[in-house]
Amino acid sequence: MTSSSEAFGFWTLAPIAVIAALGLLFARKAVHAALGVVLVMVILGIFYIMQNADFLGVVQIFVYTGAVMMLFLFVLMLVGVDSSDSVVETIKGQRWASLLLVVGLAGLLFFTIGATVVDEKTVQAGIDKTVATNADPGNITGVAELIFGQYVWIFEVTSALLITAALGAMVLAHRERLTPRITQAEWAAKRVRDNRDVAGLPAPGVYARHNAVDTPALLPDGTPSSKSVSRVLVARDQVATADSLRDVERHLEREIEEGGAK
Amino acid sequence: MYYVYLSVILFSIGTATVLTRRNAIIVFMGVELMLNATNLSLVTFSRMHGALDGQVMALFVMVVAAAEVVVGLAIIMATSRARRSASVDDANLLKL
Repeated sequence: MTSSSEAFGFWTLAPIAVIAALGLLFARKAVHAALGVVLVMVILGIFYIMQNADFLGVVQIFVYTGAVMMLFLFVLMLVGVDSSDSVVETIKGQRWASLLLVVGLAGLLFFTIGATVVDEKTVQAGIDKTVATNADPGNITGVAELIFGQYVWIFEVTSALLITAALGAMVLAHRERLTPRITQAEWAAKRVRDNRDVAGLPAPGVYARHNAVDTPALLPDGTPSSKSVSRVLVARDQVATADSLRDVERHLEREIEEGGAK
Repeated sequence: MYYVYLSVILFSIGTATVLTRRNAIIVFMGVELMLNATNLSLVTFSRMHGALDGQVMALFVMVVAAAEVVVGLAIIMATSRARRSASVDDANLLKL
């Protein structure tokens, strides 16, 4: 910490970053976890800029929060919701064992860092040198000199890596259509042939005070029809029960009958 | 120096996520968190030494992470398409 303003920024943002990272660990829904990681990455970008790494801070926000995390959210939407979000452990005692390992790792790293002797003068000289480099050739110029000078070979190899990754993603995401596409007319013909749901699947329930897609329709015997709600809503556990609505409806019907009798 | 401690905490949380969560996408986000935590320590050490090499290293880590994300998410999509699930426990096709 060189200045009190930096210390203030650090102690304000660091707890937020830790809480957001814990959100990744404990959030039940994957989207919430992704938003927590986005917050951590934005805060890390601010830390980079605070630590005189201007270029890297901007790249962090562009590349990580802008590209990588949006890609994550995109794939979350594609893959959809399933039971893997549940936190029931499948291997007995796995959670405690991993907690033990993580605490051990953190303790090991903490004590290793704590045991190192940091010479304040050397560190201050280093920080001063960084500030001077940022002032005279500039941060971007300095990084560019290293990338295109000392590390130019790594930079070239990186391009090969990126092209390989792009090709790999294309190969993995490609899907050959093995069976011909079933048209709407063929679906209709199949329904009639099998004599099942000939008129199509039933529409969701329409009640006196509710007609959203999350309420099932009632069968003639009064039980809710599972075919009338989308299976996505069932997987998300967002299907409402029709019982209370049915009670309200009966109440209204009785009132109307009583009114007619009077 | 406090930045390095923060980096350790974030790295440990990332490790815990990888070890305990079952959704493959969340596990992958834990890996990303670990990479970010190491980047933070690289930048901090770069500043303490007054040399820009650490920042260049962090930049290359970002590039490799971006390539890794592209391939990893493509694999997750391919498995979830084949197995209709993104759970790491369901991927046991090679098990006897």
